[in-house]
Amino acid sequence: MSEFKPTNPVIRWIEHRLPIFSFIDHAVGSGYPTPRNLNYWWNYGSLAGIALVILIITGIVLAMQYTPHADYAFDSVERIMRDVNYGWLLRYIHMNGASFFFIVVYIHLFRGLYYGSYKEPRELLWMIGVTLLLLMMATAFTGYVLPWGQLSYWAARVITNMFTAFPFGETIVTWLWGGYTVGNPTLNRFYAFHYLLPFVIVGVVFMHIWALHRFGSSNPVGIEADGPQDKIPFHPYYTVKDLFGLGVYLTLFAALVFFAPNMLGETINYVEADPLVTPAHIVPEWYFLPYYAILRSVTFDIWFLSAKLIGVILMFGSTLILFLVPWLDRSPVRSARFRPWYKWFFWIWVFDVAVLTWVGANLPVPPYLYIGQVASVWYFFHFLVILPLLSIFEPTKPLPSSIGEPVLKGGGASAAGAASKPMEKA
Amino acid sequence: MADTANPGAGPGHSGDGETRRDFLYLTAAAMGVVGTAAVAWPIIDSMNPAADVRALASIVVDLSPVEEGMAITVIWRGNPVFVRHRTAAEIETARGVALDDLPDPETDEARVQKPQWLVMVGICTHLGCIPKGQRVGEEKGEYDGWFCPCHGSHYDTSGRIRKGPAPRNLDVPPYEFLDDTTIEIG
Repeated sequence: MSEFKPTNPVIRWIEHRLPIFSFIDHAVGSGYPTPRNLNYWWNYGSLAGIALVILIITGIVLAMQYTPHADYAFDSVERIMRDVNYGWLLRYIHMNGASFFFIVVYIHLFRGLYYGSYKEPRELLWMIGVTLLLLMMATAFTGYVLPWGQLSYWAARVITNMFTAFPFGETIVTWLWGGYTVGNPTLNRFYAFHYLLPFVIVGVVFMHIWALHRFGSSNPVGIEADGPQDKIPFHPYYTVKDLFGLGVYLTLFAALVFFAPNMLGETINYVEADPLVTPAHIVPEWYFLPYYAILRSVTFDIWFLSAKLIGVILMFGSTLILFLVPWLDRSPVRSARFRPWYKWFFWIWVFDVAVLTWVGANLPVPPYLYIGQVASVWYFFHFLVILPLLSIFEPTKPLPSSIGEPVLKGGGASAAGAASKPMEKA
Repeated sequence: MADTANPGAGPGHSGDGETRRDFLYLTAAAMGVVGTAAVAWPIIDSMNPAADVRALASIVVDLSPVEEGMAITVIWRGNPVFVRHRTAAEIETARGVALDDLPDPETDEARVQKPQWLVMVGICTHLGCIPKGQRVGEEKGEYDGWFCPCHGSHYDTSGRIRKGPAPRNLDVPPYEFLDDTTIEIG
């Protein structure tokens, strides 16, 4: 990795006083050494960053046309769709951009789980990532309320009512609402939070990247780089790879925005909020369906705990448990490539999440109720029982001696030739 | 100053001096906490219901047009309040239930001021949906009262939870009869 030596005198003048160019170079330029063997599953971090930027830019211009008042919000969104120049495009990009953000982040998270990216010394990097997921959820939820459609309104009501399961719940909920039900004060504060939280996310993303650069990216074989021969500069190698991935991403995104913009939404949200009529079927956005399924799976009290409280605790717990994964999985081997049992349990868990998503979209009656209950139990069983047991009993496969070995068929392990010309084989 | 606080000398001197300074740290920190709380409270409390919202806290409802067997829904503090003019059969059914059969035991007598008028906040105690059963032809659930479509809670003719995930009976708001057919809610 070459030192950053600018030749342009203006850049040198600025760099001497504010070393911002070397900072950028170390972050995403030639000054950031990256494992040579990253596959396409490592694209999703940068994709998530771009998805966030798309949401912030479209969000700011939408905010210039939106009216955060219970009497005008719905009409102002319809005006955006019909009268504002390209308003329909901006709103469809924002709406579906949120869905794509979640798709990308979920894949990013699954990547981390499959390749054991959360293991020492990257536990804090992982935990900052889970924090980002929680912030995204809060942002998505507050944003979904803003169009003030039937599902906006009733989603806000059902979700805020969860707090009544806790002690002093009524007081908390009245405070959250700023009234005695979801109303104009609620809409106003949700709008304020929806504008604020994305910038909080940007700040936490910087911490995420900061923690990432402390030890660098993990990689598909899950062993640390032996030396410079195992690494290549981020730019141009991974900037190009990320750009190719971005092209594919934007193609799929454009297909959704232009040809099926309402595919992931619910029609009933184009009906204005009515506090006196509950829609027959309340469903959250698709990315919340697994949590919703877990919430509704608890239909029985346990001791003094009400079904409602247990459901709420398990729903939040399903995300919070991710914080503990670095300590639940004690296996010394990171990558599932060398963990023959964990590989299977990982895919079973992915399937389990898919089942929960499907159950969450249906009414909580048999057989969905029972399937949801089994899937909810398995979700926690995977983390609390399977991961600790695998750490003890799983016979892992032998690890390669270096990152280069699997690629170079035995060569490249800290060989002097490879060290002097690290980039040619990558 | 230092002399009165630290009459001794030698190693004990610095130890006692620390105690005096610790005290200053503690009082300063305590004042900091109090000051922060004093500044934080207006910010937190500003999110509570404002005076204009609280001012809508009571309404007067004329019940004279509501015939026996009919039900009306009125808005109180932004929420629906169910008023049902119950038939003799409904009252009898509600009063014939053994308390042991109820998840949230409460007698029908305790839930009404006049047996024929049942007044309740029309919000499911589970997660806040509006139960069905007010309008003619709507599903009233297995106990002929109200049915919440969101997560399947069944309420009886006294608005008590009988089956489903809701933890409590439908709430009875504070109200009083101004005369035989007029009530003030709130």
